[in-house]
Amino acid sequence: MTLLHLAGVTRTVQLIDAPPLTILSGVDLDVAVGDRVSIVGRSGSGKSTLLNLLGLLDNPTTGDLEFDGRPVKSFSSAERDRVRGRDVGFIFQQFNLLQGRTALENVMTPLLYAQGKQFWQRARIATEMLDRVGLGHRLGAMPDKLSGGEQQRVAIARSLVRGPRLILADEPTGALDLETGADVMALLDEVATGSGAALITITHDPAIAALATRHLRLDHGVLTVVGAPDDSALLGGDVPDDLRDDDLAAVPA
Amino acid sequence: MNRLLSNVVGSFVEAWQELRIHKTRVMLSLIGVAVAVCAITTVVGLGAVAQQALQEQNEQQGGRAATLSLYVAKYDGTPVDAEVMEELWTTTLDRYGIDYASRVVNSSQTVQFADGAVPVRVTAVDQPYGTMHRVRLTEGDWFGATDADRLAPAVLVNQVFYDRLGQPDLATHPTTTLLGDRPTTAVITGVYPVSTWDTEPAMYLLADTLAGLSSPEQQAANGVVPNYEMWVPAGLSEELTKAIQRDFTAAIGSGTNVSVSRQDYAAFNEDPFGSIKLLVAGVAGLVLLLGALGLVNIALVTLKQRIREIGVRRSFGATAGRVFFSVMMESIVATLVAGVVGVIGAVLIVTNPMLQGFISQGAVTDFPPFPVEAAILGLVCATVVGALAGLLPALVAVRVKVIDAIRY
Ligand SMILES: Nc1ncnc2c1ncn2[C@@H]1O[C@H](COP(=O)(O)OP(=O)(O)OP(=O)(O)O)[C@@H](O)[C@H]1O
Ligand SMILES: [Mg+2]
Repeated sequence: MTLLHLAGVTRTVQLIDAPPLTILSGVDLDVAVGDRVSIVGRSGSGKSTLLNLLGLLDNPTTGDLEFDGRPVKSFSSAERDRVRGRDVGFIFQQFNLLQGRTALENVMTPLLYAQGKQFWQRARIATEMLDRVGLGHRLGAMPDKLSGGEQQRVAIARSLVRGPRLILADEPTGALDLETGADVMALLDEVATGSGAALITITHDPAIAALATRHLRLDHGVLTVVGAPDDSALLGGDVPDDLRDDDLAAVPA
Repeated sequence: MNRLLSNVVGSFVEAWQELRIHKTRVMLSLIGVAVAVCAITTVVGLGAVAQQALQEQNEQQGGRAATLSLYVAKYDGTPVDAEVMEELWTTTLDRYGIDYASRVVNSSQTVQFADGAVPVRVTAVDQPYGTMHRVRLTEGDWFGATDADRLAPAVLVNQVFYDRLGQPDLATHPTTTLLGDRPTTAVITGVYPVSTWDTEPAMYLLADTLAGLSSPEQQAANGVVPNYEMWVPAGLSEELTKAIQRDFTAAIGSGTNVSVSRQDYAAFNEDPFGSIKLLVAGVAGLVLLLGALGLVNIALVTLKQRIREIGVRRSFGATAGRVFFSVMMESIVATLVAGVVGVIGAVLIVTNPMLQGFISQGAVTDFPPFPVEAAILGLVCATVVGALAGLLPALVAVRVKVIDAIRY
């Protein structure tokens, strides 16, 4: 079942004293329920911009974007927010937990925008979710008392708590050491598989990209399909400096 | 409906969390709001209590709205023929269907106390007077319909009089001796309270009882002229004033001063606390404003941190309207809490017995409960201020661009 359909999507921004900047051009993409998609690309290639479009946070400048078979252009602003709340879960590189709120309160936050059972039983649902990411014993902990890996696990619980059909992770392991990153990704993969959601991950780490079943690459706003992210595929062409220097060097051969 | 409820409750939860995080700063700025609400509520509440005190006193003196007073005297000082007056009075009441009317004679009557004969102020009235002036008794009852026919006349005495008699139990039918041309033993059937400054004995008699003690001619000779009071609907008071004035002037003829006028407090309607209220309300308004500015300040100072937070909330499904409402709610919840504290303070102040005694000077027999309007006013003030203070941050919050807010 197709969840996302993009055809000829471009995104340009109007700059003040310069010609318009094209961030994405001619992007075609279909994502179905249960897909595992990884997107790599050097810094500034438009990965986050693309993810914002997929998560209904932004609109394409031209081209068609359909969510669940409906053109996104037809959504009202509030409708778009509600669809996003119900069907999309975000995971950020910087975790973006709400400071001063406990782990439990953070995981409950998306449920505050739900209705009915999800809203009224939010404490129970959020507790169960934290249990599943192995933090059932840290419900009352504040984010600044948690390690990076624990914070990202809270963030994962938060993104999954409403049972989204699409999980968007923007460099989810970027702020974690390799081992913790691998653990967190394994967890994310496991819970995503359990819920049958599509998972789109932006990453610099080939090991993490390797977890996906479909591998995409962004170059200056152009999206291309690549093979499995073995070293040669990533190293061929213009390999980003940061990839070669840091991430790849750390990957065992 | 379901969505509305979860939105409201959800906003409340978010607001509460936000307030909890900044509780020290919020609390400091709320002190001002609480004090201001307390001041406003207290002033309005005290005003209502004082108004009640004043009204009670005024009604006891001037009668309820609208009480017309009729005064008839000849220019040459000779008394108007009592029978003629009596006749005219009765027909007037009949003609205009006035049910509540009373003669009022202020006179003096010597009374025999254990320690000697003492002149006592006496107000001689007809039975309806008690209702017309809302006379309250601490013991016994106002004159009944049968009191006029008693062998021993009934008398209502004030607390001072009663104290001098040693507060006998009314059930034992205590008596007192009224001296004069025809010394009479009267039965005390009721006691009425006095203001704290009132130290003289006084009493109410029925007008017929007084007439029995001394003839109208004698009274006239003593310079005592009866007054006639009528309790009429306020809307008719002007018409009736003119009509009764005309009737009496026509019937009694020239050489007579006939004066009919309204004497109840409502005829001179002015708020004795107006200027004080205005002053306190002004100061309180200012304090309220400062408290509100404190809240706005906190909201704006924490905004930088919150822009990211709002971005995160939006990405998890919060609509723009929801963000607006939540931010607004923060400020309203905060001021409402302060408002409740302020109102509780005001209730404690206003219902304080010492303060009530000071205001009423003992003149108010039963205090009204704390006026609900005052409490509501206080809470409304707090809410309005909260809404105003929340408006600016809420407007800023909805304009946050989500993709900019979550970019690092
Ligand atoms: N609103 C905007 N106004 C101007 N330029 C923008 C805007 N949004 C994005 N850009 C530019 O578009 C390009 C792509 O941005 P984007 O954040 O998508 O990159 P990215 O691939 O996520 O990079 P990174 O790996 O560093 O996160 C960048 O050069 C960025 O400066
Ligand atoms: Mg990015």
